[in-house]
Amino acid sequence: MSGRGLEVRDLRVEIDADGGRRLVPVDGVSLSVGERECVVLLGESGCGKSLTALALMRLLPEGAGIAAGRAELDGESFFELPERLMRARRGGRLAMIFQEPMTSLNPVLSIGQQIAESLAAHRRLRGPAAQAEAIRLLEAVGLPAERLDAYPSQLSGGQRQRALIAMMLAGDPSVLIADEPTTALDVTVQAQILRLLKELQQTRGMGLLLITHDLDIARDMADRVAVMYAGQIVEWTSRARLFEAPGHPYTRRLLNVLPSAARRGERLAQIPGRVPAPDAALVGCRFADRCTEVTPSCRTEAQVLREVAPGHWLRCGRAGTAGLAGRAAEAPVVVVAGAAAPATTRPVLELRDLKVHFPVRRGLLQRVAGQVRAVDGVSLAVRAGETLALVGESGCGKTTLARAALRLIEATAGQVLLDGEDIGRLAGEALRRKRSAMQIVFQDPFSSLNPRMRVADIIAEGLAALRPDLAAGPRAARVAELLDRVGLPGDAGGRYPHEFSGGQRQRIAIARALAVSPRLLVCDEPTSALDVSVQAQILNLLAELQREQGLAYLFITHNLPVVAYLAHRVAVMYQGRIVEQGDADTLLGAPTQAYTRMLLDSAPGHGL
Amino acid sequence: MPVLLWTDALIFLLVAGLAGFAYLVRRHPHLAVPWRRVAADPLAMAAAVVLLCFTAVAVLDSLHYRPALPPGPNGEAQYAAEVNSVLDRALAVLVEHQEKSYSAPFATRLFAKEAISLPDGRTVRDYPRLAWGGAHLADPDRGRAGDIAGKAGLGLALGLAAWLPAAWLVRRRLAAGGARRAVLATLLAVCLVAGVLAVLAPYYHVFGTDKVGQDVLYATIKSIRTGVLIGALTTLVTLPLAIGLGVSAGYFGGRVDDAVQYLYTTLNSIPGVLLIAAAVLLMQAQLETHPDWFETGAERADLRLLFLCLILGMTNWTGLARLLRAETLKVRELDYVIAARAFGVSDGRILTRHILPNVQHIVLISVVMDFSGLVLAEAVLSYVGVGVDPGMMSFGNMINGARLELAREPVVWWQLVAAFLFMFVLVLAANLFADSVRDALDPRTRSRT
Repeated sequence: MSGRGLEVRDLRVEIDADGGRRLVPVDGVSLSVGERECVVLLGESGCGKSLTALALMRLLPEGAGIAAGRAELDGESFFELPERLMRARRGGRLAMIFQEPMTSLNPVLSIGQQIAESLAAHRRLRGPAAQAEAIRLLEAVGLPAERLDAYPSQLSGGQRQRALIAMMLAGDPSVLIADEPTTALDVTVQAQILRLLKELQQTRGMGLLLITHDLDIARDMADRVAVMYAGQIVEWTSRARLFEAPGHPYTRRLLNVLPSAARRGERLAQIPGRVPAPDAALVGCRFADRCTEVTPSCRTEAQVLREVAPGHWLRCGRAGTAGLAGRAAEAPVVVVAGAAAPATTRPVLELRDLKVHFPVRRGLLQRVAGQVRAVDGVSLAVRAGETLALVGESGCGKTTLARAALRLIEATAGQVLLDGEDIGRLAGEALRRKRSAMQIVFQDPFSSLNPRMRVADIIAEGLAALRPDLAAGPRAARVAELLDRVGLPGDAGGRYPHEFSGGQRQRIAIARALAVSPRLLVCDEPTSALDVSVQAQILNLLAELQREQGLAYLFITHNLPVVAYLAHRVAVMYQGRIVEQGDADTLLGAPTQAYTRMLLDSAPGHGL
Repeated sequence: MPVLLWTDALIFLLVAGLAGFAYLVRRHPHLAVPWRRVAADPLAMAAAVVLLCFTAVAVLDSLHYRPALPPGPNGEAQYAAEVNSVLDRALAVLVEHQEKSYSAPFATRLFAKEAISLPDGRTVRDYPRLAWGGAHLADPDRGRAGDIAGKAGLGLALGLAAWLPAAWLVRRRLAAGGARRAVLATLLAVCLVAGVLAVLAPYYHVFGTDKVGQDVLYATIKSIRTGVLIGALTTLVTLPLAIGLGVSAGYFGGRVDDAVQYLYTTLNSIPGVLLIAAAVLLMQAQLETHPDWFETGAERADLRLLFLCLILGMTNWTGLARLLRAETLKVRELDYVIAARAFGVSDGRILTRHILPNVQHIVLISVVMDFSGLVLAEAVLSYVGVGVDPGMMSFGNMINGARLELAREPVVWWQLVAAFLFMFVLVLAANLFADSVRDALDPRTRSRT
C-alpha cells in the first residue's frame, strides 16, 4: 500500500501456555486503515481484538509473540524494525489509547509534563515551544489551557481520556489505535469522546482503528468494519453494507440479539453454544458449532476470507447462498416480556422520600464537616409483574438507592415499604424473615459468587439462612430445580464458580436470588459486564421468570436499548434525585426534562 | 517414664494440624489447585524434602522420657533426673564421646597443649591424644587420611543403599517430571550425607568438639528442634491474634477498627527487641525465685522456650493483622458478601464462610515466609542473651559461644561454621518453599481464571 495509513497482512499471534501448548489467539488477521478513515474492529470479549492492537504496537505481553504476518505504516514495514527504532514510531506516527484512563496516565506527573515528554520524544520540542504546543493540543481535545498543571487525580474520567488523547496527538500520528476508549465512561461522556475522535480524525487526516464490542458505536463511527470471531476476521466491509446486508451468519445473529424498543415483547434471538476454547483444535469454520446454516463441509474445510462483492470480504463457505432469506427465517416472534403490565396491582416495593446521606468527616477529631447526599428524597413504587428501570450515570446514587431499598445500608430519612410494611422499623428475626421477599443480582458475575464455595452451596445459602426448617433432602431438590430453571446442567451444583463463563455465573447468581422465592428482584446492571449474545440470553431468562412468577424488577442500568426493550416504567436519576419518572414508551419517546433528553441523545446508534 | 513437655504437646498438635489441613486440601479441589502447582515446582519439592528431614529430627527430639534407674530399696520404680529424647538415644554414641576440651574437626589430638606425664616419669607439654576421636588408630599421623576416606566410602555406599528403597517408593507415588527428579536428587543428597556422617561420627568428631569437649555435631542436631519450634510455635501464637484482630477490624470497622489499629500502632512504635528483652528478663526473675515449679532442668528450659515463643508471637502479629485488615476491607465489599447480607446471614457465618476462606492465602503465605525469619530471630535474641535458656542447645547459643572462640588465636571456627551450615540449609529451604507457596497462592501472580 502506498500513501499514509496502516496495512496489516496475515497477522498471527501465538502464546506459549502451560504444559508446552501453543495458543493462537490471533490467526491470520488482515486489514487496512487508510488516510482519514475510521476502521472499527468489532468483536466479543476474548476474540483477540485487543491482542491484535497490542501486536500492532509491538507491546505484546511476555509469553506472547508475533509468529507471522507483516504490517506497514505509511508504506514502511515495521515488524522487523529494531526496538530502538520502533520506540520512535510508537506514540509517534502510530499511537494508541487504552480503555482505562486512570491507569494510562502517570498519577505523579501533571498533564502538561506528560504531554511535554511526548513532544520532546517525538517532535524534539522543548521549553516555551513545547508549552505552546501542549496548550494547542489541550485546546484541540477540548480542555482549557489551565488544565496543563492539573494532575490526573484532579480530572474526571472523560477529561483524563481527553488528556490521554492529547498526549497521543503530540506525536502527530498518522494512525491512532483506540482500544475500547469509552467503555469505562458514562454514556454522555462517551458520546463526547467519540465525537472528539471523529472530529480529530477528520481535521488531522488521521486514520483511526477503533476497537469495540459495541455495534452501535460501530454504526456511528465506522467507515469500514472488520468483524472478528475466535481470532479471525469473519467479515470485512463498509459500514453501510455491514448493517444493511450482513453476510456472515455470525454478524447477522449479532445484529439480531440486540435489544431495542422495536423488539419489545419478543424473545430476543440467541446464539447457541459458546466461543470455542482458546486451546481447542480448530478445523473448518470456527463458528460452525453455533451456526444455524451449517453444512457438513463447514466443519471439515478451512474457510478463507473471500471477496463476495466489491469491497465485501467474507470467511464463510456458504457466502452468497445464504442471504437475507436466511435472516428472515430467524427470530421467531414469541411474546415474553409483557408489554402490558398489570397496572392495578398494589406495589411490592414503595419508597417514600428516601434519603441516604453519608457524613464527610474532617480533621483530628473526625468532626462531621458535611454530607454527601447520595440519595436525596426519592419516591417510587414497583408493582408485581412490573419492571421499573432506574436510569442514570455513574455516581448518581442508583446503587446506593438499591442497597437502601434492601436495607443493606441504613436510610437517613424516609420510608421503605415492602408489601405496605415499613421495613425501616424492623429488626432481628422480623427483618430476616422479610428479606426473603427481596433479592439482588449484581453486575460483575466474577465478584458476586464466592470462589471458595460450590455452586450448590452458593444457591442453598439463602435457604439455609431464611428457611432453616428445610431438611437437606428438600433443599437439594430445590437447588436442582433452580439450576434447571435457569438453564444450567444438573451437575453444575458440584462444581466451583471458576469453571463457568460470565453468562453462566450470572445464571447462578439469579438462581441464588430466586432460591428464597422473592417477589422483588433488584437487578444492578446485570448484563453490562456481558457480551451482547450472552446479554440476550440473560434478558430472555429474566423476562420468562417475570412472566411465570410475577416478579417485580427494579432494574438498574445505563443501557438505554435494554431499558426500551424490557422496562414498563422508567425513572431517571440525577444527583440523588429522580428527575423524571413515567411510562417507558412515553418517557423514552417524549422526554420532558432536558437531562433525560441529553441522556437519550447520547446513546450510541443515533449518529453523531 | 515418658515425659510430655509443653512444647512437645504443641509440636504434636502442630503436626496433627498440618495432617488435618492436608486432608482438607485433598478433599477440596479448589484448595488443591495451588498446592498442585507447588508440587510441580522442582525447587519447592527439593526444599520440602529438606524441611521434612528437619521436622523429622525435631519430632524425634520431642519424644521425651526419663530413663529408668535400678529399683529403689522398696522395689518402687526410680527415674533419672535428666530428661532424654528418642534422638538422644539414637545419638548416644555422640553423647558418650566426651573430650576434655576443644578439638578440631577430624582431629585426633586436643586443640591446646597440655602437660603430659610420660610412662618414664618425665613431663612434656604436647597435644594429647583424644579419648575418642581417632582413638582406634595406632598411628594417627599416618593412617588417618586413608581411614577417613575408607569410612567415607563405606558411608556413601550405605547412603546409596538406604536411598534405593526410598527412591522406589517415591517413583511409585509421584508422577514423572522435574519435581520427581528434584525429590530423588535431594533424597540422594540427604542419604549420602547422613550415611557418611553415620559411619564417621562414632570414630571422629566430624565438626570437632566445643569448650567442654562435647561433640559439635550433636549440639547442632539438637539445635534443630529449638529452631523449628521457635519458627512453628510462634506462628501458632501469632495466628489467633492476627486473624482475630485483623479480620474483625476489617469486617466490623468503626470502633473495633479504631481499637485494633491503636493497639498495633502502639506495639509497632516500641522497638521489638526492647519489648522482648524486658519480658524475658521479667520472666527469668520469676523463674529463678520459684525453683520448686519444676522437677527437672529440661522443664524449666522448656517453659522458657515456650514463653519466648509467646513473646515473639505477641510482637509479631501486627504485620499479618495489617495485611488481613486490608484484604478484609476489600472482600467485605464484594458482591457475594453483600448477597449473603441480603439473605440475613449472620456475621459469624459470613466471617467463616465468605471472609476467612478468601483471605486464607494471605495467612498461609505469611506463615511460611515468617518461619525462616523467626529461626533467625532466635539466633539474634540468644546472641543478645535474651533468647532461650543458656543450657538449651540452639543455633543462637552456639553462635553466642562462638563469639569468644573467634577471638582466640588460632581461631576456633568449627562451632560457628557448623551452626551456620545447618541454619543456612534450614532457612534457605524454608525461603525457597515460601517463595513457591507465594507464587502459587498469591492471586496477583496469576490471572483471574
